[in-house]
Amino acid sequence: MISDICMGVELAGVTFKNPVMVASGTFGSGEEYGEYVDLNRLGAVVTKGVANVPWSGNPTPRIAETCGGMLNAIGLQNPGVEVLCQRDLPFLKQYDTRVIVNVCGRTKEDYCQVVERLAGEAVDMLEINVSCPNVKEGGIAFGQDARALEEITRAVKKYAAQPIILKLSPNVANIGEMARAAEAGGADAISLINTLTGMKIDIHKRAFALANKTGGLSGPAVKPVAVRMVYEASHACTLPVIGMGGIQNAEDAIEFLLAGASAVSVGTANFHNPCVTEEIIKGIEDYLKQYEIQDIQSLIGAVES
Amino acid sequence: MKQKERCKIIRQERIGTDIYSLWLQTGAIAQAAQPGQFVMLYGTDRSRLLPRPISICQTDGAALRLVYRVAGEGTREFSYLELGHELEVLGPLGNGFPIQEAKGKQVLLLGGGIGIPPMLETAAALGNQATAVLGYRNELFLKEEFEAFCPVSVATEDGSSGVKGNVLDAVREGNLSADMLFACGPLPMLRAVKAYAQEMQIPCWISMEERMACGIGACLGCVCDSTQEDAHLHVHRKRVCKDGPVFLSTEVKL
Ligand SMILES: Cc1cc2nc3c(=O)[nH]c(=O)nc-3n(C[C@H](O)[C@H](O)[C@H](O)COP(=O)(O)OP(=O)(O)OC[C@H]3O[C@@H](n4cnc5c(N)ncnc54)[C@H](O)[C@@H]3O)c2cc1C
Ligand SMILES: Cc1cc2nc3c(=O)[nH]c(=O)nc-3n(C[C@H](O)[C@H](O)[C@H](O)COP(=O)(O)O)c2cc1C
Ligand code: FES
Repeated sequence: MISDICMGVELAGVTFKNPVMVASGTFGSGEEYGEYVDLNRLGAVVTKGVANVPWSGNPTPRIAETCGGMLNAIGLQNPGVEVLCQRDLPFLKQYDTRVIVNVCGRTKEDYCQVVERLAGEAVDMLEINVSCPNVKEGGIAFGQDARALEEITRAVKKYAAQPIILKLSPNVANIGEMARAAEAGGADAISLINTLTGMKIDIHKRAFALANKTGGLSGPAVKPVAVRMVYEASHACTLPVIGMGGIQNAEDAIEFLLAGASAVSVGTANFHNPCVTEEIIKGIEDYLKQYEIQDIQSLIGAVES
Repeated sequence: MKQKERCKIIRQERIGTDIYSLWLQTGAIAQAAQPGQFVMLYGTDRSRLLPRPISICQTDGAALRLVYRVAGEGTREFSYLELGHELEVLGPLGNGFPIQEAKGKQVLLLGGGIGIPPMLETAAALGNQATAVLGYRNELFLKEEFEAFCPVSVATEDGSSGVKGNVLDAVREGNLSADMLFACGPLPMLRAVKAYAQEMQIPCWISMEERMACGIGACLGCVCDSTQEDAHLHVHRKRVCKDGPVFLSTEVKL
């Protein structure tokens, strides 16, 4: 038996006490889940996507359950970056965890404005969401074209005081190309996957289940796609990768690490079990002990070919 | 830290076509529960990830009663559960009806269909301050249990019992008046109740439904439209799970 296992990881010069983060949009600002999870235990809290001004999001229904997953079309409702700075960041500052702010926008200028506003704030990294399938303009338009992705990365990087993570969409033909575009634009890390565009029809009402017609699929149903994309993206560029998509337990999280992720995010699983993140951290520790692995970093990308 | 509770099933019975009454043994949930609050129930079939919101119908010490209609596969799974089985439950969640504000006032409790169950715990809390008006399609359930707490009027769509029509038809026919209205039921009923309250100039609280994922205010899946900008969300929306499910009828757009 080994006694001292090391759970710490490092991404773009930022150290994390463990590789388990929460996925943007599933955990609010952290405050709501703070009653269920000791936020000090988490590697990082990743906040809901925030824009330069408040967004009221899509009409309801915004949520539909599907087999082994769910569709959401929240439409990036958020109170705007000013409220985040004045209310949410001071709340998160009380905890010994890293803070990553997810940034959304309709135009290049929107993104740059948010990133610039966050420059002096207690934020460790910025996650640039160019992959939300639920808003009409901006967002995913930047995430589905390699040239546009490289350009927005470069633009945002100019204003960013913190390292930037580009959050990639799985709704592309070649994920490796997108990873390389983020790297070429100067990204410090990438995260994936955001949700897969899907649709559900209620056959009794003969109507769409979501008011937005389409929504983003998440949860265990998407996990094999996510693992494959994390593997491909981590081999296509030299940037560290945050892997996510359907992680429900420690085994799933370890699978992502082996595929090449330096850290993982847990999203939809929080809805099934609000305490799941702490259980995943504990489960990874148990795995390291079971296999007598001293340092979690030796698992990253360690799948044998 | 709060967490889900594993609750043993003490009793489950069918009280109508597709309507079940479920008693659960809880640690803290039943004791903390307020009328109009709800719980999240977690099934064991992992192909269905999301918990099901169900209103608190009654509490008795550490026992919690839920009355639900089988609406799909999730609630069907609950209906198969037998005595001694366990169910994971999170709650109590949401705000509930303003029992304190109702002190010394006469309150009409308007329940329509599967909106009737949460009114039972509310009737128990208000006792003789309350008059319950229960609207059914045709088959009655829980009626006698309301009668243990307060006077009851009934409306049925087909006229097989009570007044033919909806809860407001029963209110008008019975000349029922009150200082406050508490209502839970389908959206068309809530719209009519809101309009009636406006016409009569009576404050009215309604319990809303929306598709939910987290149940605790984090995912923004369950919002409804509000007349004013919400102080937390900073847009004209409110979260049904956290800011509701009970709202002043003038606060929300239906
Ligand atoms: C605050 C609140 C309190 C409720 N209280 C009760 C109650 O006391 N008794 C009762 O019978 N029902 C109640 N409902 C409705 C109940 O949640 C749904 O009937 C139930 O979720 C249906 O699940 P299902 O798997 O059987 O149906 P499905 O249609 O297969 O469910 C698919 C998905 O849609 C959701 N869904 C379906 N119908 C509704 C609905 N009407 N409202 C919200 N989500 C829905 C489910 O939760 C699930 O995520 C309440 C709903 C809310 C929001
Ligand atoms: C309700 C909901 C809201 C989300 N909101 C955001 C968001 O604001 N920004 C973002 O980059 N991703 C958002 N996502 C995507 C998640 O962060 C994550 O990439 C995706 O859900 C896959 O992980 P999962 O299967 O563990 O949920 C959201 C997902 C869900 C389910
Ligand atoms: S269900 Fe998530 S905010 Fe209400």
